[in-house]
Amino acid sequence: MFELLIKMAAIILSVSILISTYRVFKGPTMPDRVIALDIIGINIIALVGVVSVWLSTQAFLEVILLIGILAFIGTISFSKFIERGVVIERKRD
Amino acid sequence: MSGNEISYAIIGFLIITGSLFSLISAIGLIRLPDIYTRSHAATKSSTLGIICVLTGSFIFFVIDQSYVSARLILGIIFVFLTAPVAGHLICRAAYRTNVPLWDKSVQDDLRHILKRDDYNHKSTEFE
Repeated sequence: MFELLIKMAAIILSVSILISTYRVFKGPTMPDRVIALDIIGINIIALVGVVSVWLSTQAFLEVILLIGILAFIGTISFSKFIERGVVIERKRD
Repeated sequence: MSGNEISYAIIGFLIITGSLFSLISAIGLIRLPDIYTRSHAATKSSTLGIICVLTGSFIFFVIDQSYVSARLILGIIFVFLTAPVAGHLICRAAYRTNVPLWDKSVQDDLRHILKRDDYNHKSTEFE
């Protein structure tokens, strides 16, 4: 029963990743695609948690922190690029 | 019914609830009309769903292997702090680059402050 619940959670998370991929392809503007990629990253974090429960191993728990930090930095840099045109601004001299 | 089965039931409930919240957030991402309502659907319910899933796996490792994982606690805190900030920044970038609202929306409080019609990029003129 518990195994079945874990498998169902993994399937539901995969379906939600696929649905968000539709928004990445379709989305009419650039921020739609960025926010869909952010949601995909967050769902991948949850999927790593579910898979590490399924295999009952502790080896993948660093991946959660790593993907969280990478998704956050990617979204920040994309939003700064959309808003200002550059990611890292130059010094005024 | 032993205490172990009850804790496994709680873990399964948390994980299933979190993944259903993620599914609802993905459905809201494709059903809602413009970027602002989409980010409203995306950031809130997906953050709650992932917090439920990670709390369930944290309780699983405490019960099953008696292992208190600090990395899972750090992951929960990090996602809880950073997902709304990312949603705020991407909505702000969308508003400042004149992404239109939904054509049935009735109120736009920032329009008089930001003058969004004649906002143009200053930083791209450097090159």
